[in-house]
Amino acid sequence: MQSEVMFAGFGGQGILLSGKILAHAAMEEGYEVAWIPSYGPEMRGGTAYCLVVISDKPIGSPIIKNPKHLVAMNRPSLDKFAYAIKPGGVILSNASLIPNPAGRSDVDELRVQTGEIAAQAGSAKAANIVALSAFVARSGLVQLKTLKHCIEEEFSKRPQLIPLNLKAMEAGIAAAQKE
Amino acid sequence: MSKVLMKGNEAIAEAAIRAGCLNYFAYPITPQSEVAEYLSWRMSEVDGVFLQGESEVAVGYMIFGAAGAGVRVFTTSSSPGISLMSEAISYLCGAQLPAVFVNIMRGGPGLGGILPSQADYFQATKGIGHGDCRLLVMAPASVQEVVEMVMTAFPLAEKYRNPVMILGDGLIGQMMEPVEFPDHLKSEPTNKDAWASNGIDFRKGSKRNLVRSLFLDPEKLNDNNLELRAKYERMKREEVRFEAYNTQGEYSVLIVSYGTMSRVCKTAIETLKAEGIEVGLIRPQTLFPYPEIAVREAARKSSCRAVLCIEMSMGQMVEDVERCVQGARPVQWYGKCGGDVPTPEEIIDLVKRTLSPM
Amino acid sequence: MAKTFQRPRAMFEAHTHYCPGCTHGVIHRLVAETIDELEIRGRTVGIAPVGCAVMAYNYIDCDFQEAAHGRAPAMATGIKRVRPDLMVFTYQGDGDLASIGMGEIIHAANRGEKFTTIFVNNAIYGMTGGQMAPTTMPNQRTTTSPFGRKTEEVGMPIRVAELLATLVTPGYITRQAAIGPKYIQKAKRAIRQAFQYQLENRCFSLVEVVSTCPTNWGMTPQEAIHWAEEVLLPYYPLGDLKTPHDQQSKEKSCKAK
Repeated sequence: MQSEVMFAGFGGQGILLSGKILAHAAMEEGYEVAWIPSYGPEMRGGTAYCLVVISDKPIGSPIIKNPKHLVAMNRPSLDKFAYAIKPGGVILSNASLIPNPAGRSDVDELRVQTGEIAAQAGSAKAANIVALSAFVARSGLVQLKTLKHCIEEEFSKRPQLIPLNLKAMEAGIAAAQKE
Repeated sequence: MSKVLMKGNEAIAEAAIRAGCLNYFAYPITPQSEVAEYLSWRMSEVDGVFLQGESEVAVGYMIFGAAGAGVRVFTTSSSPGISLMSEAISYLCGAQLPAVFVNIMRGGPGLGGILPSQADYFQATKGIGHGDCRLLVMAPASVQEVVEMVMTAFPLAEKYRNPVMILGDGLIGQMMEPVEFPDHLKSEPTNKDAWASNGIDFRKGSKRNLVRSLFLDPEKLNDNNLELRAKYERMKREEVRFEAYNTQGEYSVLIVSYGTMSRVCKTAIETLKAEGIEVGLIRPQTLFPYPEIAVREAARKSSCRAVLCIEMSMGQMVEDVERCVQGARPVQWYGKCGGDVPTPEEIIDLVKRTLSPM
Repeated sequence: MAKTFQRPRAMFEAHTHYCPGCTHGVIHRLVAETIDELEIRGRTVGIAPVGCAVMAYNYIDCDFQEAAHGRAPAMATGIKRVRPDLMVFTYQGDGDLASIGMGEIIHAANRGEKFTTIFVNNAIYGMTGGQMAPTTMPNQRTTTSPFGRKTEEVGMPIRVAELLATLVTPGYITRQAAIGPKYIQKAKRAIRQAFQYQLENRCFSLVEVVSTCPTNWGMTPQEAIHWAEEVLLPYYPLGDLKTPHDQQSKEKSCKAK
């Protein structure tokens, strides 16, 4: 089984980091993983995206035309990638910045007010962790305890940020269940 | 050591340190600048040398100077930067000095682009610099493999007293994958006292060493070139590496592909297998020396009707494939080099089209 | 009887390939004497340029590397960074250093690489047969400026020592000459001083040595010396441009983020 998750948004929204935490969590659970970023000048302020491939076999092509899932943090990202998502996948869209749904009936679309939820948890900057956690809770790609461990590890060099991000994680999980 | 998730570029940097190479000179260029960023702090932890040179031209000669002084040294760059270093590489070959160059290829010619490419194949394997010089060229297809290749590159460079190049594409540098690092290598060039300008006082005897590539006497220049040729011939005998994938059974098409491109081909091969179409793959891990016999024999398998060379260039490695197949089967090239990596779907299509008119 | 003058230990017993009246041999000797006096032969690495002195290693007896054209300062950087205990010098001509290698010398000097550069300025390309150099004088005839150097087309000659002395970092920049005993004695002191600074791990040093090229200037050795004194020295004045004792930089550094 192979799953692919596209994380997309503006540069600065923590897109690459969300993908990295998921890839790390999947690796911890024994999966083969690959994290492929978009790179180049468009990273500064423009669209940033990365693709995380998770598989129980060695990963062949790291280039995926039709990923299984999408986490879209802004409207251009949803517009750009929503059509490509495989039927049956999860599309998490950031309702704080995206007014309309993707309009696909063959996917599981989850709209989460990541900005507001993160602000309530302590800082709007943790919107990416809200989105990631809601996505993981809905897709079940990795266990929530592994996710928690990897968030802690990611912020281990700035431990003052751990409580905020764990709060954002809990709020994201709750948001996925509410939907 | 357990697995860590690491970007290819950072893994290259760490692998060099684990290989006992504590000397690095470089100039920033996308898509490999993370190597320099990583080593700018990591080298100070291990008491190593890190220097950002003023240009790739200068860096090439900083590598020369350090290699000539008998230490392990390496640099990393990307296509346009490698062009600037190619002069120094010719001098390194001529003076028979060991060093490791990593080229994380981007599109060309000229400034080209910054996305993945394999368009420096000719440059790396046939025409790296002026004169009869060659590099031992290795092509990784994963972050783990680039780590292993970097670690073997140093002893190989020293075995042959010749530069070695790791030829990866932008994806190999930018992608994160789990890696495990082999144990530290501790040794340095063991034969250096015979040739390095490392100071007479630091060796046995009082004879000085001369590091040079100038031989005005035609016989001596010819002798030096014969010596180089003998090394390149020895590489052909001893260093060929390749992976054969799905070549045990009867396949109707053989694909030859390397680096990131070969992974895409593997996915296509698995999908085609499920549809009942068998395709074999030869993935050269060394591009020079080239796995000539492996390609020739795989192409001549009786079930094989055609050979496809798939690469992210406008048709470079295909010339080597044609050379190996020697007309025994039709050889076809497919590729892209703008930065879009051909997808498994395109390759599946290509294989089916190749088989349909026959 | 005590010998008062003999071949330095750091020189091979060899006849040089240099033309009659060329001063490379003298400058080689000054370097070799310095190596002897400081007793550093066993840990010295010389870097030979591309130019007439490409085979300097045939005359100076220590470890040597042979550079590509202009790249000697980058190679010296490579050696000195990985082996700071070695004594490293580059020996470069005006085409090598001031034309094709200008980038390398400026950056090596500006980083304060702790090696020594001997820069031989004879206002012409020697080995390739007398072409115009960046240091060729206005109206000076060469094989690529047969009507004389036209400054309106190619600018005025570059004063390398002055140019490098504008940099904040380099410690010792001096211009000397090798066109007569009184000049040679001073040049020797400067070269020895430069090596001494390196021995003390103090600074980058460059000793520019105004020299002659009778063959390519189309003169007798005697005429060449007169021409150097009358034409070159007024434009390339001798003396120290910068020493480590000069006032240290008071430039402000920016605050780290």
